Amino acid sequence: MMNYHKINMDDIAYFISVVGREQVEYEDINEEYTRDEMTEYGRFAPEVLIKVINREQISAILKYCNEHLIPVTPRGAGTGLCGGSVTIHGGVLLSVELMNRILEIDVNTLTAVVEPGVRLMELAAEVDKYGLLYAPDPGEKSASLGGNVMTNAGGMRAVRYGVTRDYVKGMEVVLADGSVIELGGKIAKNSSGYSLKDLLIGSEGTLGIVTKLYLKLLAKPKKMISLLIPFNDLKSCLSIVPRILALPNRPTTLEFCEREVIEDSVEYLGKQFPSKDYAAYLIVSYSGDSRQDIEKMYDDTCRLVLDRGAIDVLISNTDERQESIWNARGAFLEAIKNSTTTMDECDVVVNIDKVYEYVEYVKQLAADYQVRIRTFGHAGDGNLHVYVCKDALPDEVWEVTVREVMQKLYDKAKALNGLTSGEHGIGHAKKEFLKEALGSRQIELMKGIKKVFDPNNIINPGKVVD
Amino acid sequence: MHVIVCIKQVPDSQKVKVDPKTGVLLRSSADTKMNPYDLYALETAIRIKEQTGCRLTALSMGPLSAKEVIAEAMAMGVDDGYLLSDRRFGGADVKATGYTLAQGIKHIDEDYDLIICGRQTTDGDTAQVGPSVSEYLGIPHVSWCRQIDEISEKEIAVKQNLNEYLLTVAMEYPCLITVEKGIYQPRLPSYRLQKASEKKEIRIITLDDLPDNDPDHYGASGSATQVEGIFEPNSELISEVYDGDGLSSARQLYDKLVSEKFVEVR
Repeated sequence: MMNYHKINMDDIAYFISVVGREQVEYEDINEEYTRDEMTEYGRFAPEVLIKVINREQISAILKYCNEHLIPVTPRGAGTGLCGGSVTIHGGVLLSVELMNRILEIDVNTLTAVVEPGVRLMELAAEVDKYGLLYAPDPGEKSASLGGNVMTNAGGMRAVRYGVTRDYVKGMEVVLADGSVIELGGKIAKNSSGYSLKDLLIGSEGTLGIVTKLYLKLLAKPKKMISLLIPFNDLKSCLSIVPRILALPNRPTTLEFCEREVIEDSVEYLGKQFPSKDYAAYLIVSYSGDSRQDIEKMYDDTCRLVLDRGAIDVLISNTDERQESIWNARGAFLEAIKNSTTTMDECDVVVNIDKVYEYVEYVKQLAADYQVRIRTFGHAGDGNLHVYVCKDALPDEVWEVTVREVMQKLYDKAKALNGLTSGEHGIGHAKKEFLKEALGSRQIELMKGIKKVFDPNNIINPGKVVD
Repeated sequence: MHVIVCIKQVPDSQKVKVDPKTGVLLRSSADTKMNPYDLYALETAIRIKEQTGCRLTALSMGPLSAKEVIAEAMAMGVDDGYLLSDRRFGGADVKATGYTLAQGIKHIDEDYDLIICGRQTTDGDTAQVGPSVSEYLGIPHVSWCRQIDEISEKEIAVKQNLNEYLLTVAMEYPCLITVEKGIYQPRLPSYRLQKASEKKEIRIITLDDLPDNDPDHYGASGSATQVEGIFEPNSELISEVYDGDGLSSARQLYDKLVSEKFVEVR
């Protein structure tokens, strides 16, 4: 571990000289900057919070911190779920929340050029004015795009469109020594040497700090229709998924949920769900330009699922109906959080034909450990969200239970050739599980890459790999 | 027992464009859908059917494209569908619409028991068509029902939402209710029922089929009002409750309408 320099008033004076007094906080820093959404992974107060507004400020700060061995943790909206943007080694918390300008919507190259602090929902609303779509759709709409790119966020539309990585055309990055590089850009393809851009995506801010993003846009389909498909048993529900995906028309989203999670959500929102009498549901959506087009797209799916155990196919084809389903789906995480005292979560990813086996294993685990576990997720890409709830368990029982259960959840994912995280990332909370999943050779390669980019280990130290 | 639900096809309101010069609704710019309030009427009716085994009919009025909403009602659980469609019905205001629907109901079944309407539509927004249908049929009605207390072969008991308080009302059939948004969570259309009802005929009713086929009673010529323009409504809701007997309440209402310039004193 590095011997980092403790920030003193001389350092503060320097930071103020770079960004101005207003943008530097070093006393009474708001509690929200000590954590992300998962307070369960601890609170870590930064020594100083700097709210930067441009590349030059970031460059000057990184150069200084690199020379003085001060850790710098980049932060967007702070909505992460694995402690990726918290200052576990103290030092500077470098917030890009003020770098929130949409610089350009280029309709010729179908590119959005944005600063990293722009929030996902802001870009979605802006490109909508042009009839365009930014396809990645992670559940947390107030997340920053910088954070989305740095965790390679996924979301529900990944089934059809892919993940954030597939929509990053280029970026401008400040490296640990303060130098600035431009990777990719508005160009549509690139076969020019190692793809450093792709190395940066998903690096959780450990290799450099993004100052500008070039994001790919698509023409926006005019309409989306969702099918809510009830089943009497989970096995029929999940076993049909690979067959749906093998049909010629690919759905935009393919989610699954069980009755208990719907009930949590109904209670949390105080709003009814269109159906809750059955054990398990698939929510399958199709996008197109008219209702008639989409009806043709999903007809095969309806016939297939009815043939294989679905009770019915319920059609959600208006805004009001979509809201009744998707508001509830969007609130699953908050509803589960609200239903318990504290919890831990994982977002493992397994092959799409192993989802049922994994979820059944989770149920068995819950029974064995006498602990409540809720699972839902992206059945269409094998990415599952598993929440272990403390409820009324005494602290000492909970600590043992959650440690053993989480270990088993990751072990099972590995046994099924799955991986540690589908879309949330590793942060500092999942490092040990990543190490076990990837093995020492891959971890050594990752450490080597980190050393090339950041020899003094000052950018977001203690994250992803140590 | 026979329950009839009145439904309407409306523009998908979030996508409607209004001509900035004339204030007229540009219907071609919009997709259409079932009036959202009617989904609550349908859900209420379908639950009554599930409970009583009654026959359930959907009735709409509009161009032939409105068959779509009837097909959708069938996919939710309605047995039969009728569409009042005739160019001579075109341009109808509340009065002419209420009259046409009442005539349509008489044509379908003189021995109907219960008629259920949504509270209002999202395009016309008057909330008057349901009550006017009951007036033309000469039957009692209760608007703004937000709960069905009891239902039997002979009568229905409901809770009427009067904002300040809830009124419990029981009525014998035949009668009409309009239901509030939120009375039940409307079910989604079922693919199974959609397929099963695909071959069912949606019967078209024209002016010639109606008991009264005087064209002057329908469409624009049967209307007491004409639309001069359309603009975005304010969504503010202010309620006033008048105490006292019918005469003094009517006086207060009249004075209010005069002061707000809704009626002209000659």
